[in-house]
Amino acid sequence: MINLFAYNIPFISIFLLMISAVITPLIPDKNRIPEKLSCFVIGFIAVLSAYLLYVLTASGQTLSFNFPMGHFPAPWGNELRAGPLEAILALVFCIAMLLSLLGNFSSTEEDIAPKRRNIFCVLVNLLTASLLALTYTNDLFTAYVFIEINTIAACAIVAVKEGPETTRAALRYLVMSLVGSGLVMIAICLLYDLTGHLLMQNMHRAILVLVSTKSYLMPLTVSLALITTGLAIKSALYPFASWLPDAHGSSTNASSAILSGLVLKGHIFTIIKIFYRVFGLEVIHLLRMDTAIFILGLTAMIMGSVHALRQVNVKRMIAWSSVAQVGYIFLGVGLNTTAGIAAACLHIIVHACVKPMLFTAAGGLSNAAGHKKGLHALMGTFYVNHWAGLGLAAGAFSMMGIPGFAGFASKLSLTLASFDSPVIVWSLSALAASSVLNALYYVPAVIVVLTHNKDAHKNFTAPAPTRLYKISMAIFIALNFYLGLFCVPLLRLITRGVNVSL
Amino acid sequence: MNEEIKTIWRNFFNWIMGNGPRPENEVIPPEPPPDLPFTQKPKDKYSRFHEATLKERYSQWQEIHGLHIFSMLYSGLSVLTCIVIVSLLLATVAELPPFGDEKNPANNEVIRRYVEHGGHETGAQNIVAGLILDYRAFDTFGESAVLFTAAVSVLMILGISRRNIFPDKASPKAAQTGENYLLRAPPRLHVFKEDDAILRAVASLSIPAIILLGCVVVINGHLTPGGGFSGGAILSTALILCANAYGFERVHKFFNEKTFIVSSSTALMIYALSKGYSFFTGANHFHSIIPKGTIGNILSGGLILPLNICVGLIVAGTLYGFYALFSEGEI
Amino acid sequence: MLEKLLLNHYEAAAVILSGIGLTNLLLQRNLIKKIIGLNIMDTAVYLFLAAKGYVEGRAAPILIENGSGGWLTSSSLYVNPVPAGLVLTGIVVSVSVTAFALALTLKLYEHYGTLNIDEALLKMTHEQEVLEEKITKAEEEVLA
Repeated sequence: MINLFAYNIPFISIFLLMISAVITPLIPDKNRIPEKLSCFVIGFIAVLSAYLLYVLTASGQTLSFNFPMGHFPAPWGNELRAGPLEAILALVFCIAMLLSLLGNFSSTEEDIAPKRRNIFCVLVNLLTASLLALTYTNDLFTAYVFIEINTIAACAIVAVKEGPETTRAALRYLVMSLVGSGLVMIAICLLYDLTGHLLMQNMHRAILVLVSTKSYLMPLTVSLALITTGLAIKSALYPFASWLPDAHGSSTNASSAILSGLVLKGHIFTIIKIFYRVFGLEVIHLLRMDTAIFILGLTAMIMGSVHALRQVNVKRMIAWSSVAQVGYIFLGVGLNTTAGIAAACLHIIVHACVKPMLFTAAGGLSNAAGHKKGLHALMGTFYVNHWAGLGLAAGAFSMMGIPGFAGFASKLSLTLASFDSPVIVWSLSALAASSVLNALYYVPAVIVVLTHNKDAHKNFTAPAPTRLYKISMAIFIALNFYLGLFCVPLLRLITRGVNVSL
Repeated sequence: MNEEIKTIWRNFFNWIMGNGPRPENEVIPPEPPPDLPFTQKPKDKYSRFHEATLKERYSQWQEIHGLHIFSMLYSGLSVLTCIVIVSLLLATVAELPPFGDEKNPANNEVIRRYVEHGGHETGAQNIVAGLILDYRAFDTFGESAVLFTAAVSVLMILGISRRNIFPDKASPKAAQTGENYLLRAPPRLHVFKEDDAILRAVASLSIPAIILLGCVVVINGHLTPGGGFSGGAILSTALILCANAYGFERVHKFFNEKTFIVSSSTALMIYALSKGYSFFTGANHFHSIIPKGTIGNILSGGLILPLNICVGLIVAGTLYGFYALFSEGEI
Repeated sequence: MLEKLLLNHYEAAAVILSGIGLTNLLLQRNLIKKIIGLNIMDTAVYLFLAAKGYVEGRAAPILIENGSGGWLTSSSLYVNPVPAGLVLTGIVVSVSVTAFALALTLKLYEHYGTLNIDEALLKMTHEQEVLEEKITKAEEEVLA
């Protein structure tokens, strides 16, 4: 069985991050101690999550457990729930967060005033804590509270870099997110009124009873639609994604990496939990939400790439590509099978590793070109910052789905998952079209970066990349290859996790 | 008569469109220089005159790019969306369990346990206090963290950059890199009257009473309606009144940015540690050393009383902090 | 349907109120009014929750003494306490979010001198044009 230490890991990780967030304003902001402390804490939690994953899966059978928050059992108190899927997501979130912070350590120093950096650390800690809480929580209202922490902290790390564009982007992001939270709150109230519970499993049982007696079907549908729309706005599903390029394109590199790679994923995983754990796949199919999500996912895959094609700013291009990638995840969710959800989870992991790498690489390249973000200005920057160029190339190949890179694994699993589904033609053609579109804007970017440009080369006066940058970029690239080459055991692990997740 | 209706209608239309009437004391330069190319930088970029030319360009821009069609489309679509959402929700509400019926699904075994055993399980007479600070304490912890996040973010946005507004306080690095655009920001219009005898007299009488009321509401949170959040809000009004009557410098002497950060962080930390202990013992089925006390006594309810005090400190500091940051730019 | 709506009239009012808030949020171009719309939406949710907690003929969930030193703990005496807790959380979240949004708005106003987001956008594009011109000029000078 699970030992006492592993049993307490979800609780320890959330509270450790919270306490480190609360301590950070009190410690002096010299020598970048706050940032080092946050990095250390996040790294420590990554180790803990890895250990939890090992304990849950090592014995051959797949274990999962509920952790009551307090002295009162399930329907009365709050609860956390941990299984292999939650553990692996926590691990990936922590690793990606750590690498995004470390890789952009020097650019953070340039962009953010020292006093603000202290608060940036507080916000990063709170953001990680809320992501882990969203991952582990088994209670819908707790999820709402942590979604709000996530929203405020995410908008604040956009605004942490001073300037009118970031303020405007943060405001736009905030307003859109708040529409989303309002819808989520209304939906939670409706669901509470219909079921009388806030815990996911109890809600699930009550919903099954309601569905079998065919009562309250209309309120159920409306609340499901509202909560999905609310979370879709926050996770930048296509028609609601207009805030994303501004917010991700204008903020500092570390913030862009964190927002694109992680913040969206917390909300998407909440949607997956609501679909899978609160309603159940049959009910979702009965209420027709799977088709809606599937169509929106398809649209996002195409439209995100089409928008990305039109960008000249490299960060905005990568941001629009995130919209397309979110479409892939929703495509997997919309298939409404265990395999589809496992593929969606794999793509969450892949995107959480690749997108921070792309943003870190783009930051390094534009730094090498003298803080210019236009694509044409990046010509030949590979020869100034090799690691950033390599990172951009690896990320671009991964997004295109070249075999051996991480993106290939998730695209393959999405394809395999859609074989059982009646909508296979649609999903396969969308996957193919989206891959071609991805190639259309990523290949020129890579070519531009690799082109030797003797004239411009003299103007590049940027300092060489720091050792930290090189190390984190190397880890990113290694992760990318690992995910691309050894995806089968990972996918099996995720499938086991999805199966015990209910 | 007709004219009046027209004026009222125009004002209403302006209000709907978000163009309120301009303040009366606003000075608009009489004659803006006629033809200044758009790309050419005017002498004083942030003067009203520039805004007037921009407005002109803005209206032209709308016409040229068909933006007004877009904005009309947008308005029409958003009204349509809202009508659809409201009618859907109304249809939903009609289907919901009837109002005030005791057979509703929400009145189930969960509520029965909260009411019937809440007293001796949490030690609190106020069932809501027992619910939010004991049964569902994790939510409330998250809620305090939301407030902390917002306080820290507002402090970052308004407080820390404010120092860069005045050139003498701007950091040398920002001045070098040319990122001192904040120098152009207009100072905030905050008029503080030095000797307002009436305000001071009223404040000196009412501040002790307000503080007393706030303390009572916080400390009796587990017995009567109230608790950390409402009590903290009352306490913060005392601070705000003090700042308005005697000036922010007076409040600075005992409550400044450092006190704010230290008090909020410490209170939230005590909250996290004590509640963490309670969660830890509960989840692992260890014995908790916290006594519950007898219901109805002031020292009862286990952790609820200290937690209420912590929350009260956080809320009082944060709400005053918001006020000070918005009006003065620093705590 | 109308009958049922009249039965659930608090909820219906809450829903209409939230619709008004949402329309305000989407339609207004003035940021302060947008934030007010947001607050209306939040308030509607509290009204909805308060209506959901109510049970006919029951008292507020604070234990009443039974006259002989004990407490009346029958669940048929008190209304549902859960919505009260949820409303409390909602209020705190709303306060925090409003303060944060207003802080960003103030910052935007300090820079652009306007609360209208379209105007701010126009000024921003204009500023960027000026900045780009400056950069190209400087580059030309360097090359020359």
